[in-house]
Amino acid sequence: MQQGHQTWVFNNKPVIASTAAVVGPFEGRGPLANDFDLIHGDSLLNQESWEKAEKVLFEDAARLAIEQAGLLKEQIDFFIGGDLMNQIISTSYAARTLSIPYLGVFGACSTSMESLALAAYLVNTRGGKHVLAGTCSHNSTAEKQFRYPTEYGSQKPPYAQYTVTGAGAAVVASKGKGPVITSATMGRVIDMGIKDPFNMGAAMAPAAVDTITAHFRDLRIGPEEYDMIVTGDLAQVGHGLANDLFEKHGIPIHKTDFQDCGMMIYDYNTQMVQAGGSGCACSAVVTYGHLMKRMNRGEIRKLLVVATGALMSPLAMQQGESIPAIAHAVSIHYDGEAMQGG
Amino acid sequence: MANNKLKKLTPVQQEYQRMALAKQPARKTLQNSLRAFLTGGLICVLGQAITKAFVHWGGMDEVKAGNPTVAVLILISVILTSLGLYDKIGQWAGAGSAVPVTGFANSMASAAIEHRSEGLVLGTGAMMFELAGAVIVFGTVAAFVVGNIHMIVKLAMGGG
Repeated sequence: MQQGHQTWVFNNKPVIASTAAVVGPFEGRGPLANDFDLIHGDSLLNQESWEKAEKVLFEDAARLAIEQAGLLKEQIDFFIGGDLMNQIISTSYAARTLSIPYLGVFGACSTSMESLALAAYLVNTRGGKHVLAGTCSHNSTAEKQFRYPTEYGSQKPPYAQYTVTGAGAAVVASKGKGPVITSATMGRVIDMGIKDPFNMGAAMAPAAVDTITAHFRDLRIGPEEYDMIVTGDLAQVGHGLANDLFEKHGIPIHKTDFQDCGMMIYDYNTQMVQAGGSGCACSAVVTYGHLMKRMNRGEIRKLLVVATGALMSPLAMQQGESIPAIAHAVSIHYDGEAMQGG
Repeated sequence: MANNKLKKLTPVQQEYQRMALAKQPARKTLQNSLRAFLTGGLICVLGQAITKAFVHWGGMDEVKAGNPTVAVLILISVILTSLGLYDKIGQWAGAGSAVPVTGFANSMASAAIEHRSEGLVLGTGAMMFELAGAVIVFGTVAAFVVGNIHMIVKLAMGGG
């Protein structure tokens, strides 16, 4: 089970029975639009507040994932999830609707893989037959909580990132067909002393590199093991820094296709997103929407998803604290048999 | 980042921060300055035009026309904020749309809209000053200090 310092190897082959990705209108205008299960036309989703809209995004993703797995809500044993809001309200209120036994987790934007890894762990140890994992974020709630009011006319620096509006969920099952979760590496908190909350890519890049390096070390493999290694939301600045750090540590990352979800979800030429996407939903919708479909088509057989999270709060930032960052990696293998939906 | 700030960090952190700083795309200072000059200037031209209109059609003198001019500019800013346009202007114009009175109005209107979902009293009422509050506090403190200096200098000049 545990291998090396921080990696779990799942011998009982927990499978991703289905996934669902739900996004807002802005993401629907991006290059991955065809890979999302549901695109909302209104970022308020007919709700009274942004926070309620975010909850509905998660409810949609959870409902779709369960449906596409061919299951009923009652057949899901546990629900693991979290989000960026204080006290992870979006997830907890979605869990109220779902009424599935619920474990709330917080890993900021690394929550997608933190929840997926824990779901795989539960299923692998026979802690449950079907476990739902997911996360969500909303551009307007994140702006409101972490930065300024959404309509405030301040200029964002070119290295700022755009929080993805969306939600992603996956059903992990003990048997069935679909991509298999083979291992997961849980990250340490890495803080390189970056204090600018707009510069999250730079704050998170060392955490991503640390977790990926640990994954290679624990499993005694190299980057060539994977068809693609994808980080969560480093965006342009963080992605460049991660490449530099790998080079510095002598890890030949160029032997795999090293990508970042935050650089895939938007069109830099037509969408004003500065360095790229961020937020819990960034890695979730790109992985559960786009990448799972590519795995399904046989384009990717071995994938390592490394969701990166900046674990700061506005209060800590105002008190002069630096940004603690974390990254969790989940390894997904697929031998080519079709998934049930998703 | 200043060197004295770096001293508290470990050597590894210092090295990484230098790496990160080198990778960080710089703000386009010249472009931003030009845009700020253009937008700020345009807002001033608009204000001047409104003043002239009040003088011409409203029968006011230049001094009296000042207050209604500011009110009209604030109204325009609040309308643009409500339509979701002011933040887009702000991203393009930078300080050009932030510094004039329209920017101040935007900071209050945007906060008021943002916190409306938390209720009229504790949401809109309490939170609309979340950005503007500091401007008012330090503006008043600065005015008090400058006023005192002015008074002392005047007394000293008069006494001497």
